[in-house]
Amino acid sequence: MIAEAPQRGRWAGLVFQCFLVFSLAVGVITLIVLFGQVLIDSQGYLDTSLLENPPSALPELAGARPAILASIYLAVLVFGFSVPIGVLTAIYLEEYAQKERWYNRLLELNIQNLAGVPSIVYGILGLAFLVRGIGLGRTLLAGSLILTLLVLPTVIIASREALRSVPPSIRDGAYALGATQWQVTWRQVLPAAIPGIATGSILALSRAIGETAPLLLVGAVTYVRFDPTLTSAFTALPVQIYNWIKQPQDEFKLLAAAGIVVLLVMLLVLNSAAILLRNRYQKRW
Amino acid sequence: MAAGDIVHAQARPSLGVRRRRIGEDIIKAILGLAALVSVLTTVGIVIALILPALDFFRAVSPVDFFTGKDWAPLFQPAHFGVLPLLAGTLVVTFIALLVCVPCGLGAAIYLSEYAHPRVRSILKPILEVLVGIPTVVFGYFALTLITPTVLRGYLGLSTDVFNALAAGLVMGVMLLPIVASLSEDAMTAVPNDLRAGAYALGATKLEVSTRIVVPGAISGIVASFVLAISRGIGETMIVLIAGGTQPNFTFDPRVSLETMTAFIGATANGDVPTGSIEYKTIFAVGLTLFVLTLAMNLIAIRLVRKYREVYE
Repeated sequence: MIAEAPQRGRWAGLVFQCFLVFSLAVGVITLIVLFGQVLIDSQGYLDTSLLENPPSALPELAGARPAILASIYLAVLVFGFSVPIGVLTAIYLEEYAQKERWYNRLLELNIQNLAGVPSIVYGILGLAFLVRGIGLGRTLLAGSLILTLLVLPTVIIASREALRSVPPSIRDGAYALGATQWQVTWRQVLPAAIPGIATGSILALSRAIGETAPLLLVGAVTYVRFDPTLTSAFTALPVQIYNWIKQPQDEFKLLAAAGIVVLLVMLLVLNSAAILLRNRYQKRW
Repeated sequence: MAAGDIVHAQARPSLGVRRRRIGEDIIKAILGLAALVSVLTTVGIVIALILPALDFFRAVSPVDFFTGKDWAPLFQPAHFGVLPLLAGTLVVTFIALLVCVPCGLGAAIYLSEYAHPRVRSILKPILEVLVGIPTVVFGYFALTLITPTVLRGYLGLSTDVFNALAAGLVMGVMLLPIVASLSEDAMTAVPNDLRAGAYALGATKLEVSTRIVVPGAISGIVASFVLAISRGIGETMIVLIAGGTQPNFTFDPRVSLETMTAFIGATANGDVPTGSIEYKTIFAVGLTLFVLTLAMNLIAIRLVRKYREVYE
């Protein structure tokens, strides 16, 4: 009788396990095929002219230099804007706010919801307020501001988790020595949370770099031949890729594949940095 | 002695402590200002959508907008029925759910209940990579590989170059890790005592997974589905690239269609004059999109809270 129990469900168990493995395989195989396809397609266009030339009507001459530069500028700006605001908000919510207050609960709900607002809606916000409202125009600055708002919830949520993982004993110890709340936060809690904050922020940043939809609304002109500045028109790398995909000629699709490889390499560098940071500095309390 | 001290403190409050307090107040104000940015973002989104949308609804009746089966804002005479866009969004999202619900759930059960810790530590980062891939890349994949090679080649379907099926399938793979990771979190939160109890009664691993763990984590699992729907509705680039920009009131997944997001992306990218009725359609459609995803997000947030309350 006792031995029968596992026997009874053996076939069902086996079939079920096959289904589970298949489920995971769908994701893993797609990933491998996608990487393979992009690499194969990009052959022939993945060269230095892609990095050095501006876009062109001729696929052999076309490059993505202005787009790549703009994406790097965007990354730097978004990082500079979103990390201070995000970390300060996280400190407010974790260290200062009284959680039972209705406005703090609303704030928390608001941030959770913002994390799920479609990115194109942020584009509409940018179009209405930044581009037309305060007259920034379709500039790199407007693009970076809207991407900042887009990734801010992610930065806040990651920073909060990092702050929460700092054990209360650290705070208690500092308070016992007579430190004020800010001294406790600034000198004890924040330094201990920095690895987690940095990892989360870098991951948020990689989302900003790969984002296309909001930039279609706030900037990202199709054809930019010059190196971008803060207040000039710009096109980011994902937007450039999208514009190449849209072209009817197949050569441009292959060029898009080459652009995708560059984009993925940029993301790979960022993500590796995040993982390195996490493994190197992560503390186990 | 003690009483004297208190009198002394009242008469001459310590300056050091007083100064500190002002500093702390300033810091609190700065922190509050940072938190205000998020609030203003939401307020800004609502204003940016509602004001032009109201303008739009002054020109086009809401009844025509929500019940019209014809979407042709740039034609003469113009038609502003949002149903074709809504249908496009629903078709693509539904196809995506057919992929990401079973596969995401299966992946979550595998990672939470079956996988050896070492296997898990390899598979989880791979799924994280999938989350990090830009959607424009998925769009490229759907347009240049799934449609010509898989759908038309292996499966022999007669699809349009742009079609809902390719966009939906690829979107499903994109959403898979979202369903998997949120569901897995909920499953790991189910206490081990419940599993041990079931095993002690002679349950098989299959029974423990499907009758103990899944029901125990059900609110988190449903939350992951709702979140996937919200993401699917709001996803732009995959449908813009692979689904097409041809508003079509049909549920046939093989033909080209246009989703709400694709319409916004395609229209805003062109040069539509500010203030024109075409320009305002962006906001009316955007508002519809925002309300839909807001509802989904609130449901998901609520469900996640529920399972956290039960087990944590």
